[in-house]
Amino acid sequence: MTKRFFGDTALLTGRSLRHITRSPDTIITTTITPIALMLLFVYVFGGAIHSGSGSYVNYLLPGILLITIASSIAYTAYRLFVDMQSGIFERFQSMPIARSSVLWAHVLTSLVATMVSLTVVVLVALLMSFRSGAGVLAWLAVAAILILFTMALTWLAVIAGLSAKTVDGAGAFSYPLIFLPFISSAFVPTTAMPGPVRAFAENQPVTPIVNTIRDLYAQQPVSSGIWTALAWCLGILVVAYALAMAAYHRKIS
Amino acid sequence: MSVDAQMNTEPVREPAIHVHAMEKSYGDLHVLRGVDLDVARGSIFALLGSNGAGKTTVVKILSTTLRSDAGTATVDGFDVAAQPANVRESISLTGQFAAVDEILTGRENLVLMARLRRVKDAGHVADDLLARFQLTDAAKRRVGTYSGGMRRRLDIAMSLIGDPPVIFLDEPTTGLDPQSRLEVWSTVKDLAGQGATVLLTTQYLDEAEQLADRIAILHEGRIIANGTLAELKQLLPPAKVEYVQKQPTLEDVFLAIVGADGKVGDSGIAASAPTSEEHR
Repeated sequence: MTKRFFGDTALLTGRSLRHITRSPDTIITTTITPIALMLLFVYVFGGAIHSGSGSYVNYLLPGILLITIASSIAYTAYRLFVDMQSGIFERFQSMPIARSSVLWAHVLTSLVATMVSLTVVVLVALLMSFRSGAGVLAWLAVAAILILFTMALTWLAVIAGLSAKTVDGAGAFSYPLIFLPFISSAFVPTTAMPGPVRAFAENQPVTPIVNTIRDLYAQQPVSSGIWTALAWCLGILVVAYALAMAAYHRKIS
Repeated sequence: MSVDAQMNTEPVREPAIHVHAMEKSYGDLHVLRGVDLDVARGSIFALLGSNGAGKTTVVKILSTTLRSDAGTATVDGFDVAAQPANVRESISLTGQFAAVDEILTGRENLVLMARLRRVKDAGHVADDLLARFQLTDAAKRRVGTYSGGMRRRLDIAMSLIGDPPVIFLDEPTTGLDPQSRLEVWSTVKDLAGQGATVLLTTQYLDEAEQLADRIAILHEGRIIANGTLAELKQLLPPAKVEYVQKQPTLEDVFLAIVGADGKVGDSGIAASAPTSEEHR
């Protein structure tokens, strides 16, 4: 049965990855918002923002990467929703395959597509003279945190894709996620924010994740914030996975 | 044939599909209120009913994508609730809307199905089906560019991979043009000819009449009539002989002009000839 699960998941992942290679516009539209924000903030607002020493693009990139993930997983919900609508989801469910592989294929596709988008954004940042002296281990640590965050948001997207009533609904849940980094340490230091806003900014998941990635890139020793960051990622992952599975079992029973 | 029947008396007599007292509600809406039916092996069974009668619900429960609230159902000898994995090995489902992948090509759709069903030599199986359903020319095109009839043909072709003994067709000709409808009908007849059991739902009376060995009428969640066409006709008062001048239906005209194979034939030229005469 497990052999079948891996085989079926591989086949179905190949199918949805082919969707992405045939419509690369999904990668382009996912990366265009974060890249536009990066250009806007570095070349327009950046001069007026006091983010401490160092270049502003170095300060900004971690938050931009989280926005990239949030805009990428909107397509995960969309692809799942389209499969449900078209009836192909039901066809797979009536076939002698490992049923959960249908969901896992979407999750893995989401992971691959998001990693491609993140790579594109990092390359653009390098062109905008983002520089980091981080070694292989620090880059791997950054990648691990981004993968964890992507998985957490992907399972949120699965809930949206399974329970949405319209295409617009399937994608709309990602808007607050894209907006969340604005009220965090992603663009400006939280110290400049008024009391209640600052309290929110410092206690939401984006700030510790952004700070940790920033420290890793800047070759600073990571603060205890990394544990808060990991706790947020794992917490969202576990809760979203449980809710997604519940929504899935409601759909197929 | 008779020798076979004697040798395997048990399996042959057991119906391919057996449904007893099936009930299903969505909240307060009682869609199925105790459905009973049996479908003999190798037969075509039509479930006839208007929109919302519960036909799709029956098919979904039998194909293990929905659970019933009460009652029992077996498909190919397996209980749909207790042995869903075995049921899925034995069936294929062609849903109400052609469930095909629009971004993949026709051939890729078939190869994917063949691999998922663990059929040996998936490419060869796909090519055979493409030829059988007259899709070879369109094999390398994205399904998004296909016509409704081509999609439905591909949809049914995808269902046949792995030669499942029981085939569910949920309103297979809804939304199709008359030619595609005739193509689907001949495909369904072929399937039953090769020994498969076909349960199809339809809201078209002529479709049930053309195809089915037995017909059941589903109305307000119950089977209110079940029998062969001849048996159902006996439910009505005996036939009267009336002389009616038979006008060709629009379908007859359409098929005569266009040609039943979809190519404009001699009759098409003949039909357009008078018009060109008038213009001179």
